[in-house]
Amino acid sequence: MKLQANHDMGGLTAGRIVPREHTYEPWEKRVDALMMLLSNKDRQLLKVDELRRNIETLGPSAYERMTYYERWMHAICQTLVQRGVITLDELGRRMEEVKARGALPDEGAG
Amino acid sequence: MNAPPGAPHDHTHFRDDEASISYYRTMEIAVRELLVEKNVFSLADVRAQIEAMDARTPARGARVVARAWTDAAYRERLLANGAAACEELGLELGPLKLVVVENTPQTHNVIVCTLCSCYPRMLLGLPPDWYKSREYRSRVVREPRRVLEEFGTRLPDAVSIRVHDSTADMRYLVLPMRPTDTDGMNEAQLASRVSRDAMIGTTVIDR
Repeated sequence: MKLQANHDMGGLTAGRIVPREHTYEPWEKRVDALMMLLSNKDRQLLKVDELRRNIETLGPSAYERMTYYERWMHAICQTLVQRGVITLDELGRRMEEVKARGALPDEGAG
Repeated sequence: MNAPPGAPHDHTHFRDDEASISYYRTMEIAVRELLVEKNVFSLADVRAQIEAMDARTPARGARVVARAWTDAAYRERLLANGAAACEELGLELGPLKLVVVENTPQTHNVIVCTLCSCYPRMLLGLPPDWYKSREYRSRVVREPRRVLEEFGTRLPDAVSIRVHDSTADMRYLVLPMRPTDTDGMNEAQLASRVSRDAMIGTTVIDR
């Protein structure tokens, strides 16, 4: 077992910095907005520590494969299920519905 | 968690390049819909949140820097309590603690979040991809001088480099040195000289 968790990468060796940037896509901004709204003091349905814990418990291969906001979306969803705000069952059904209707990625809140 | 099979049935209004929505995009739509139905928030809340985030750009940080360059008392307050000094300019940081670290001829500062991506987003907006990359997070605390060189920033050996590792609750902002060719400039002119990366510390402002 690795003593240093995957996300804890300070001081490790790694390749050259690639000064990559991209304009955030609407869906990435919505994920960001979800986190901000849920963690807002009026709601308190998500703490940043929960977000981090649910990201840090991703396996190393998933962590590396997923993009930044995919990791966030995973962690937000895990937190909501852990807190009982949504159930896995209703989430699964709704995701099937969304796929079936070929939903517009920017539908509703673009 | 697997990718969803198949492509959407109706491409008529499809605005993305991809043939199908990815698993996590589907999840975002589903979770957002469920939370709206449960009255956790409204779609208007989501839109307002995105608009607020879009309004946060490095111009905010640049305003703070320009004020510190022109007002010595403000600079003192900024270094003593970053969040309170930002509030003076109407920039609300929420519960975050902000530590402003000042570059001097002897010391250069750089910020990072080795564990994730903590960043002074209220002053600079969302972080660039490289700030969140394995390469930057791993190496800047180990060999900052070489990392800065990869950004085209060469500092004299006599200048020491301090690297500040952010946390969820405590963010850093670099106060760059005022360029020498700016005598007589007003705050807005000064602010236009302040780049995002100078406030991260990966570059210095040309003088």
